[in-house]
Amino acid sequence: MKKQDPDLLLFHAPLLRQGMTTPKAMRDVIYALLPATAASLWFFGLSAVLVLGSCIAGAVLAEWVFANKADRGESLRDATGVLTGLLLGLTLPPGLPLWMAFLGGVVSISLGKIIWGGLGHNLFNPALLGRAFLLATFPIAMTTWVPATGDAGFFSVYSSNLALPFMQASVDGVTSATPLGMLKFDNEVTPLMNLVFGKTGGSLGETSGLLLLLGGVYLFLRRDLDWRIPVSILLTVIIFSFVLTLFDATRFPTPQFSIFAGGLLLGAIYMATDPVTSPVTPRGAWIFGIGVGVLVMLIRVFGGLPEGVMYAILLMNAATPLIDRYTQPRVFGRGADSK
Amino acid sequence: MKTFRRLRRNFEHGVHPAHHKQQTEDLPIQRVPFGKDYLMPLGQHIGVPAQAVVTVGEKVRRGQLIAKPGGFVSTGLHSPVTGTVREIRDFRGVDGRFAPAIKIEADPFATQKVDADSALDWESMSLDEFIEAVQMAGIVGMGGAAFPAHVKLSVPDGVKIRHLLINGAECEPYLTTDHRLMIERPEALLEGAEIMRRKLGAEDTVIGVEMNKPDAIEILRQHIKPDQPVRIVPLKVKYPQGAEKMMIKSVFDKEVPAGQLPRDVEVNVNNVGTIVAIADYFLRGMPLIERVVTVAGPGVTYPANLIVPLGTPVRDVVKFCGGLKPGSREIIMGGPMMGRPIASLDVPILKGCSGVLVFTAEQTAERKEYPCISCGRCLEACPYFLNPSRLARLSKSRMFDEMKAYHVFDCVECGCCTFACPSQIPIVQLIRTAKDDLTHRKEPDA
Repeated sequence: MKKQDPDLLLFHAPLLRQGMTTPKAMRDVIYALLPATAASLWFFGLSAVLVLGSCIAGAVLAEWVFANKADRGESLRDATGVLTGLLLGLTLPPGLPLWMAFLGGVVSISLGKIIWGGLGHNLFNPALLGRAFLLATFPIAMTTWVPATGDAGFFSVYSSNLALPFMQASVDGVTSATPLGMLKFDNEVTPLMNLVFGKTGGSLGETSGLLLLLGGVYLFLRRDLDWRIPVSILLTVIIFSFVLTLFDATRFPTPQFSIFAGGLLLGAIYMATDPVTSPVTPRGAWIFGIGVGVLVMLIRVFGGLPEGVMYAILLMNAATPLIDRYTQPRVFGRGADSK
Repeated sequence: MKTFRRLRRNFEHGVHPAHHKQQTEDLPIQRVPFGKDYLMPLGQHIGVPAQAVVTVGEKVRRGQLIAKPGGFVSTGLHSPVTGTVREIRDFRGVDGRFAPAIKIEADPFATQKVDADSALDWESMSLDEFIEAVQMAGIVGMGGAAFPAHVKLSVPDGVKIRHLLINGAECEPYLTTDHRLMIERPEALLEGAEIMRRKLGAEDTVIGVEMNKPDAIEILRQHIKPDQPVRIVPLKVKYPQGAEKMMIKSVFDKEVPAGQLPRDVEVNVNNVGTIVAIADYFLRGMPLIERVVTVAGPGVTYPANLIVPLGTPVRDVVKFCGGLKPGSREIIMGGPMMGRPIASLDVPILKGCSGVLVFTAEQTAERKEYPCISCGRCLEACPYFLNPSRLARLSKSRMFDEMKAYHVFDCVECGCCTFACPSQIPIVQLIRTAKDDLTHRKEPDA
């Protein structure tokens, strides 16, 4: 070989790739959540910053501590730690003690992701696993809802936020109820417009349905989410509650209330669509979505809890490998019956 | 209604890489001047290698048979130049393995003309004679696979071919050889098509062309004679539109059953280059000794469409195009989606080589591989509706046998899944590894 030849590489084809990478997809989800995050700041002030910050700090710290020394920097760069922390934070009550939020972030990453083998290997949605942990461990703090800061201004912080670890969380003088709680326990219906624009009690990120939908549209346009999952969840919930209202319109929630109340939009658009823990096959996505929708309604209407999105998604997460196995796509040139 | 059918004219899934054809699509085909050394590997088609019929030191004429078919799935080989056989031994081939090849040194004083008087009387040939003639002419699928063309012609009894489908999709980015052939040699293409169609006994000829070549579609339409049963079908620009089963789906809306051939749905598919080679042989007596090659890519100084004698070293081709730009990192033979990287500039241009593409640091940057996040993009890309995500996971765990249940052998390695993967997982490589293992693994004695 002559000297002037360049040293040729032997990268295998295809040499061309589309531009999307996994870290970019993760960052897209964070961008999509920004409007809803901003709304939580608007409604709950500095407390929202503190709770979200604690969750993210806990998640990123766990990511850093448990990562392989060799690719420590890499695993932080793919943004999944930040995303998990943010998602967890958005599902928490604004008045939650910060140390609990931090602990939730640590558990989300360590028990939700790392222990399974890291990114791509976990069975359950890490953020929801962290939330389930918090709900089981601190049931009172996790179900104490405070009203929006309102006139108190951005810099007022709920005193419960600052509770010391392992001391009883002090509860604010004024507490509020979530729309679902009011419906379940007081049979009181929140006006729809309040739900759409977020003027209700509830966890940080779930109050404004409109902004959550906005982010969902962004993700759909970027092709970052499987549209079948939110569509099938929401359709199932609509049909389910419509059928219920046919039986008794006063006792059961209307479809529009079911959609916009509670964490359904947050869960359907941002959590159920987590690619790692939802089916990879198109038919599986439909089954998964319908399953989540049915479980949500069963828990909300017939169960003991006012809200069921978290358990519905976690239960369907567990069914995902099974769904994937039985919904393999039909292969080109093979009949529908051949497996 | 017509628009509706136009919309349906497609296959499902696939990907949309930027086609990058602007570099060469308007450049007329030029002839590369003859050089000194030519290397003709005996196995440059799929199947059994050819057998040399010349000896070292023998003088050969351009177009003279230098190797005869080694079996039925094999073709003849002809000298690309007038000159002297210098060596017959193992040379390192395109894939890096040693394989027998004939080295011919061109005679610098020869005119390099082919006897032009030797048109064949194809009309009076029987089908068997025709098939043998195609085999001896060394004609293979020119799209890249290099599958001997005559094998497709020999249809078992009882099978009827109704349509001759000519593949002018050229869906691989960068490549413009078929595009230029359709523009510059539409008569030859239509003549070759007529020969093939008559010999196959097919009712009509359909030429499928991607819609990003409107000039080619227009020129072909102008050249169709009123009595010729030829249709041009414009196809959506999508990769891999030129995979034969995808094109049959797009044009005839038929799925070729898995494990079967186009002939099972009464279609015979041939590449534009193959049909032109048929015309060149039967009407002008020229066997397959040269082909059109696109030289392009960000690392080429003067991109071009070239007629290159087979066996020409890539070095000479690149030199003719002004050499490599500084920063050239990789050379691909074929297209960027399915082509092969070459390790040395000394490997020769083969019958199946449609392009020499030179890439720079941008396309060959080391890509950080992330774990599979089951996003499903590969499932939505795979034109065969396979589950590449699952196949890649199984292959990584070396669970090759389990992959058979996921139809690993239906994969044609088009690369759509790897193109689409946001985690940069080399899915095609993993699938190839598994196929290789399943095919060549020695079973332990029972």
